[in-house]
Amino acid sequence: MSHSKRSNIFLLDAERTTWHDETLWFVRQKRDKAVYATPEFQELRQLASDIKDHTLSRLDFYLQQFEENARRNGVQVHWAADAHEHNQIVLGLLKRHGATRVVKSKSMLTEECHLNPYLIKHGVDVVDTDLGERIIQLRDEAPSHVVLPAIHLKKEDVGDTFHLHLGTEKGNNDPQQLTETARQHLREKFLVSEVAISGVNFAVAETGSVVVCTNEGNADLGVNLAKVHIACMGMEKLIPRLSDLSVFTRILTRSATGQPITTYTSHFSKPAEGKEMHVVIVDNGRTKQLGRPDFRNSLKCIRCGACMNTCPVYRRSGGHSYDFTIPGPIGAILSPNIDMRKHASLPFASTLCGSCTDVCPVKIDIHTQLYKWRQVLGQEGEIPASKKWSMRLLSRVLSKPAVYGLGGKVARQGLRFLPHGLTHGKGYNPWAIARELPEPPKQSFREWYAQQAVK
Amino acid sequence: MKVALFIPCYVDQFYPQVGIATLQLLEKLGVRADFPKQQTCCGQPMANSGCERDAIPVYHNFVDAFDGYEYVVGPAGSCVYHVRKHFDIIEQTPAVQHVRTNTYELFDFILNVLGINEIPGSFPHKVGLHLSCHGQRGLHQANESEMTPVRDGQLRRLLSSMQGLELTELDRNDECCGFGGTFCVSEAGISARMGQDRVADHVRNGTRVLTGGDMSCLMHLEGIVRRAKLPIKVMHAAEILNGAIL
Ligand code: SF4
Repeated sequence: MSHSKRSNIFLLDAERTTWHDETLWFVRQKRDKAVYATPEFQELRQLASDIKDHTLSRLDFYLQQFEENARRNGVQVHWAADAHEHNQIVLGLLKRHGATRVVKSKSMLTEECHLNPYLIKHGVDVVDTDLGERIIQLRDEAPSHVVLPAIHLKKEDVGDTFHLHLGTEKGNNDPQQLTETARQHLREKFLVSEVAISGVNFAVAETGSVVVCTNEGNADLGVNLAKVHIACMGMEKLIPRLSDLSVFTRILTRSATGQPITTYTSHFSKPAEGKEMHVVIVDNGRTKQLGRPDFRNSLKCIRCGACMNTCPVYRRSGGHSYDFTIPGPIGAILSPNIDMRKHASLPFASTLCGSCTDVCPVKIDIHTQLYKWRQVLGQEGEIPASKKWSMRLLSRVLSKPAVYGLGGKVARQGLRFLPHGLTHGKGYNPWAIARELPEPPKQSFREWYAQQAVK
Repeated sequence: MKVALFIPCYVDQFYPQVGIATLQLLEKLGVRADFPKQQTCCGQPMANSGCERDAIPVYHNFVDAFDGYEYVVGPAGSCVYHVRKHFDIIEQTPAVQHVRTNTYELFDFILNVLGINEIPGSFPHKVGLHLSCHGQRGLHQANESEMTPVRDGQLRRLLSSMQGLELTELDRNDECCGFGGTFCVSEAGISARMGQDRVADHVRNGTRVLTGGDMSCLMHLEGIVRRAKLPIKVMHAAEILNGAIL
């Protein structure tokens, strides 16, 4: 199903669309305030972008450096070429420890690899411990945003979910009480889990350590209680030095939620006495993207979600309309790299307004890449045939001034004399579903101009 | 100064009064502009749809039409942005480079080439300014809310110089209207919803005349205003600055 079809379903509930739009716009405004209050923000953006550019240009070097240093710290490093291999490695580690209960903190990578269903299929009880993630896990849904995974849900939806799964009172939608229920429920899970899986926000090559940013502290709780910590990271998460980190921690949450910094910024460098720490480094299409010069920039993404909050299309279509782990403008660049045919409509799900590019803290030229994907898709034959042929025809008309002048006249006359019902029919004129067509004038500008010249 | 008027295809066909106002406004400011009739379109509709290659003959036609002029001026930020940014796929002959760097959006031309900051005249109405994304973020004609809270821009300055004109302060200063070229058809649902939200912001804050520098956004917004039968008049800013009387 194309993005536009899916978003039409979301749009049916006009009130929810309004609410979704306003909630995310509110987050965007919080981001603005935090950014305006940081005079050096634009320099930080440039610095972050440069560091990422540099790292990507020497990714092989930094990956090796990271691996060496991590091993020296006693961390076991694993490499996965794709999602399946990643899942196998994680399951293998669980099996080795005979673990059947796992707590997981928020990680878009494990979502991308569909780790949860894989583990569940193999008899593992895997529990997401980020509140938003837990809510959608109970509902068996995918996250609809990278920072606010359950932003498509209202508190009433959460109340219903908790009533169904956690036994809260029906109709109890009080966020504070619901959160407390979740906290108690998760505490039980934390206490009995043998293994904790976490994502990685940044991996520091120089120290071989990984950094995880959360607001709920759930990653720390999980890792400190469990015997084994498995950190799963995409291979683009690297930064060269520890001193680079501050640049990123300063821009990450300001861009994401408007906070100056995340509540917990945890550094994991080595396993505690008697425990194990593993890092799984995953490719899953990233080297392919690195090899596409027009799109490699997209690997700079630090998953702050700012481009989603600012995107006027995302705000009105919801994250699920993208049908990809990473939704929104950046998702529309990453997804065709993975499956061009399936995600062919996503680069077109944008007005190319450029707000995403201006908001992105690592200066990814998002709207330019969307434009470029459109051209790739056009050349690969992944756009509808009707569009392709009408654009060819249009090009014929527009490259011949005489044909254009005449064609324009005929079209205008047609619009003038055809009945409203015909020009505004729903079946064949999507423009007219919600809009009137312009009223065609008697004369075009060029006709007027030609008359002036005669006078 | 040899200046050519660039009147985009849809302005030519549907909004000749905008072309006329552009021509007359330039004349009032002391510039005589020709209209080379070989021109058709900048090729954006094709390129925007992923058929950039089909647009190449149209690009060449554009360059041929305008090569002989010192400046090319058009009342449409989006098309100008397209010429500047996306004509990079054809060979960069001196003619192509000349046309790309010297094609100007009307108000950019007035402020930065002519050096004019004020337009004499009066327009005693509450005017809502719709910033076009390609003009604002593409051609940097106005401040972006992503960068700074200060609202400033070329058109804002020119309009505020008119007597009696009061600008609407919007809740969302520079959000996209949802036109997006072929987006308005391929994603008609979202496009319409965005336009409706945009218009609602203007209605809420008292706009009586909705204006901007890009007729494409305005065509979309006008379609919504007329469908909802709202008491708002939609006009290109060239019409206002040229001394239109309501
Ligand atoms: S593309 Fe930029 S704005 Fe979007 S999530 Fe990534 S870092 Fe944030």
